[in-house]
Amino acid sequence: MHQLPSVRSYVLVWLTLTIMTFVTFYISTIDLGDWNIVVALLIAFFKMMLVILIFMNVKAESPLTKLFVGAGFFWMVLLLGQVAIDYISRTWMPEGKMW
Amino acid sequence: MEQQFDSATLGMWVFLLTEIMFFGGMFCAYMIYRSMYPAAFASTSQHMNPLWGATNTAVLIVSSLSMALAVRAAHLGQQKALQILLLITIFFGLCFLGVKAIEYHEHWVDNKVPLIGGHWDYSNTPEFPNQAQYARQAQILFCFYFFMTGFHAVHMIVGVGLMLTIFAMAHKGKFNSSYFTPVEISGLYWHFVDIVWIFLFPLLYLIGHTKNLI
Repeated sequence: MHQLPSVRSYVLVWLTLTIMTFVTFYISTIDLGDWNIVVALLIAFFKMMLVILIFMNVKAESPLTKLFVGAGFFWMVLLLGQVAIDYISRTWMPEGKMW
Repeated sequence: MEQQFDSATLGMWVFLLTEIMFFGGMFCAYMIYRSMYPAAFASTSQHMNPLWGATNTAVLIVSSLSMALAVRAAHLGQQKALQILLLITIFFGLCFLGVKAIEYHEHWVDNKVPLIGGHWDYSNTPEFPNQAQYARQAQILFCFYFFMTGFHAVHMIVGVGLMLTIFAMAHKGKFNSSYFTPVEISGLYWHFVDIVWIFLFPLLYLIGHTKNLI
């Protein structure tokens, strides 16, 4: 079967995820203007990648499975990206900010 | 066996892709409405308690750790450890649902559930002169809140049911180091539900947090 990550790397990932939760909570108390949501989403993305690669062990999966996981990302980028482009270009909308 | 295991994992990922589409649609709708009413969303978000949200994030992360360790134990054929770790996962899953129930109850008492119950207390939002308009926009965020966290909670309930089934199977000794596919597959589902929450937490709880604490 597949190579499993060690207990140590599982615990390290858990520790990182918990610390990042505190970090995202703390950063939300600082006013960065429009950048608050960007930082929050970057941290969430980083946490997601840790869970996918280590906890779900996609790192050691077959290339086909990796392709399917990648397809999931591609679908989200298409959905959110295309819709965002549509709404950003609607100059008649009340507030033309995407975040 | 190796090939069977690979196809089972792949099949589970195909299911998770449909789940990504399901939640993706809601995230997309959220993005549009937040871009339309950023001020109302930021203000309304302060009615949610970020401490409960952060607690639940930590609880889910611990349950994901115990789930990952359970899959590892199954892989190594450690029956006792597998059962204990599954019970820990179920326990933290129930903790999450308990905190969620407390939060829903608070919103219910405060009349924050859209369409049902009484009216909002608008008196503490002087920055919105048009109160009726603000109330509508605020209710949009609460609709997103209840739909997104509600569907997430449904997934959690399904996950806990799944874990109970896996625990029963493990208790009967159905798994060994060469057959543990159901443990691995339900683990993937559990981690996926965790990932959805990782995004829901900053998007729903932390929008207007800034003004609240300073």
